[in-house]
Amino acid sequence: MGAFITQVAALAARSVLRTARQPAVIVSALLFPMMFFAINANGLSAASRIPGFPGDSYVDFAFAFPLVQAALFGAITAGSDLARDIESGFFDRLSLTPMRPVSLLLGMLFGVIALGLLQGVVFLCVGLLFGVDVHSGFPGMVVLVGLTILTALGFGAIGATLALRTGSVEAVESAFPLFFVAIFMSSINLPRNLIEADWFRFIATVNPISYLVEGIRSLVITGWDVQALGLGFGCALAIVVLALAAAGTSLRTRMAR
Amino acid sequence: MTAQTRSGSTGGFFAVAWAVAGRQTYKYFRNPAFLAPALFPLFFFVAFAGGLTRIGSVPGFDYAAGYTAFQFVWALLQAVTMGGAFTGFSIAGDFENGFARRLMLAASNRRGIVLGYVIASIARAVMTGTLVTVLALVIGMRISGGYDLFGLVGLVLLANIAATLFGAGVAMLMRTQQAGPVIRTPIFLVLFLAPVFVPLRLLNGWLETVASINPFTTILGSARGFLAGQPQNVLPAFGIGVALVIVFVLWALFALRRAEKAGS
Amino acid sequence: MGRTDGIEVEGLVRKFRGGVTAVDGVDLRVEPGEVYGFLGPNGAGKSTMVLMLTTLLPPSGGTARVAGYDIVKEGPQVRAMIGAALQEAALDNFLTGRDHLKLQAALHGLPRAERRKRGNELLERVGLSEAADRRVRGYSGGMRRRLDLALALVHRPRTLFLDEPTTGLDPQSRSALWAEVSRLARDDGVTVFLTTQYLEEADVLADRVGIIDRGRIVAEDTPEALKAEIGRPSVEVTPANHRERDAVAKILSRFGQEIPSQPETVSVRLDHGAEGLADVVRALDAEDLKVSNLRLDEPTLDDVFLEKTGRSLEGAGEDPQTEEAQA
Repeated sequence: MGAFITQVAALAARSVLRTARQPAVIVSALLFPMMFFAINANGLSAASRIPGFPGDSYVDFAFAFPLVQAALFGAITAGSDLARDIESGFFDRLSLTPMRPVSLLLGMLFGVIALGLLQGVVFLCVGLLFGVDVHSGFPGMVVLVGLTILTALGFGAIGATLALRTGSVEAVESAFPLFFVAIFMSSINLPRNLIEADWFRFIATVNPISYLVEGIRSLVITGWDVQALGLGFGCALAIVVLALAAAGTSLRTRMAR
Repeated sequence: MTAQTRSGSTGGFFAVAWAVAGRQTYKYFRNPAFLAPALFPLFFFVAFAGGLTRIGSVPGFDYAAGYTAFQFVWALLQAVTMGGAFTGFSIAGDFENGFARRLMLAASNRRGIVLGYVIASIARAVMTGTLVTVLALVIGMRISGGYDLFGLVGLVLLANIAATLFGAGVAMLMRTQQAGPVIRTPIFLVLFLAPVFVPLRLLNGWLETVASINPFTTILGSARGFLAGQPQNVLPAFGIGVALVIVFVLWALFALRRAEKAGS
Repeated sequence: MGRTDGIEVEGLVRKFRGGVTAVDGVDLRVEPGEVYGFLGPNGAGKSTMVLMLTTLLPPSGGTARVAGYDIVKEGPQVRAMIGAALQEAALDNFLTGRDHLKLQAALHGLPRAERRKRGNELLERVGLSEAADRRVRGYSGGMRRRLDLALALVHRPRTLFLDEPTTGLDPQSRSALWAEVSRLARDDGVTVFLTTQYLEEADVLADRVGIIDRGRIVAEDTPEALKAEIGRPSVEVTPANHRERDAVAKILSRFGQEIPSQPETVSVRLDHGAEGLADVVRALDAEDLKVSNLRLDEPTLDDVFLEKTGRSLEGAGEDPQTEEAQA
């Protein structure tokens, strides 16, 4: 058990270190979601005048967007890091040590969590400066960062699965638009009951990302909404469990010998 | 035409341009990825036009052709300007892998190379533009403009040419794949710092300020007018379009000279 | 079968999808403490062989034991006994040399106190102490290979696999690496399995050489024995007057078979070895033929390769690196 913890810690340290040493990655992970948030929140502020719009501020409504986007960033970064390790042979080097495969996965996901935490906290600070009003107060902010991290973990495990299956950085990065689409085809920009096109509302209803978004959003605009939070955490956990299982299987396949 | 006249300045210019354009276009057909610039605009279009229809009923939203058409114009302009950016990426790639050196050696008139890339980019814009239009019609966009649509096409072409020349200039200055983000980011910003979701009148705060000084706003507004059959700001829009093309022609030629000096 | 530090391979086969057989029934035996050179052109199957022996790639057929453990059934035990530096030193550009060693030592389960000590010791040994805290991104090819070697040694393996350790290195870095590998074998008794496409490398480092071509071993012995098998040295004569070339060739043909050479010179493989050289000189003198240069060439491993495969090693693989070097 001690050896296992040592391995996970060493791999986690490496994962955090390599991200910390690429300021460009950190800056773009912080900047791009904030930029989209600023543009979206402002450009769509007229939406709050639609009859039946929840709350009176689109900025509050839109705040879930950068958090979910942050999780996506983490997934792509982690996935392409892992794919790069496979391409370069670094993965082979690790495979030759007595390392348990699952340590590699956990170490890598620790890096995702660290980046997710940083993004969650920074976005929260910027959001508060922008006038975001979190109705559930400080405890809600903690829960909000927690749900963001859980979302990042789930997406990160999907990124890892992709990397392990394909072993190609290009393949992982070309999945980026797919994630992006998945985020947009949800209730990210308008509440589901205000989506007019039936086909779009259907997609948004079956898209689990809608529930992640609505869980995060409920903390901001309504306060403590047990149903929304239950669905949000439930979906996030389900994604984490399924994606981790898939990543574990892919890892065993890749390391099979 | 004899060989002598063809190697003269104008003959060389167009011969080089056609050769480069031919090769680029041939490359597109060999690889379906040439439609990639249409990918993000299509996503945005589907997400915005499908998900945000209700915005069309916000008080003060007075665009006649409906929200889908409103978003279509933005998606179309995005597709063709990103197409220009992608041409920039492929020029940067040509410089990095040494293909550009062969072009520079072979071309009697090197400005023809730039024209060739522009022609190829227009060819691509036509294809990606068609793709976006077909999708819009499938989603249920109504077209109300008649002959006014030619105005829309004209603005779209100017936007494509300007973006291509901008991208080509950056690519020839940097001559590595690192030029990618340097080309993409400003184009993206210009596209988004505009009235994307609602008309300019309904914007407020800093975004209104930025959008109202963004020259792209005028082009976007005018293009939307053409589609709805209610042309507006035609002269300013075309004026800005032509001015952008002229500025970026100079920019691309400056970059070409720098590339020549560097011996690529 | 007793426990040894050596390598025993029987009928090892690896087929890839699409029907390519990269390794086609290889048998070999490496004694404990021996340096075994696996020599062949690019694409001959060398790397596939190393990947199988290091348990990174399952074989399609045959068996192999490394340090007494079966590579298929006892993967974890094999991995615990071996160190490997695979082709293209696989390093993380954003970590420093010291970071790499720390990570490797932690994964091998070295106690915390020992990790630092072992890291410093290895950095010192491969001459990277000064560069230890710089990011690997700025390392030269030679430094990367040396770090790669240090990483392979962290857990004091008894058997070391080196896949083309000096490909692409400049002569100085190459000899530094050779010195370290020789030292490991000599002083620490480490068994070394090394692949190379350089004849000189196999000649300098290896106690025994296996020549592989198209997935099969075509010859195997000590470098000296392999060369002795081809046996005879050749003599190359440059006539002072090039018009006398044919006359010189006629005389030389009495001493052995002519082999290809420069247009102005004549080369023959001497039937009776180097002892025949004096006779050659006397015969030329008797005919009053002046010679501007006369050279005795010992057989090389390239001659061995040529003899066994009918091709020269230099041109046998399609190797972009050698093409570049020639350009």
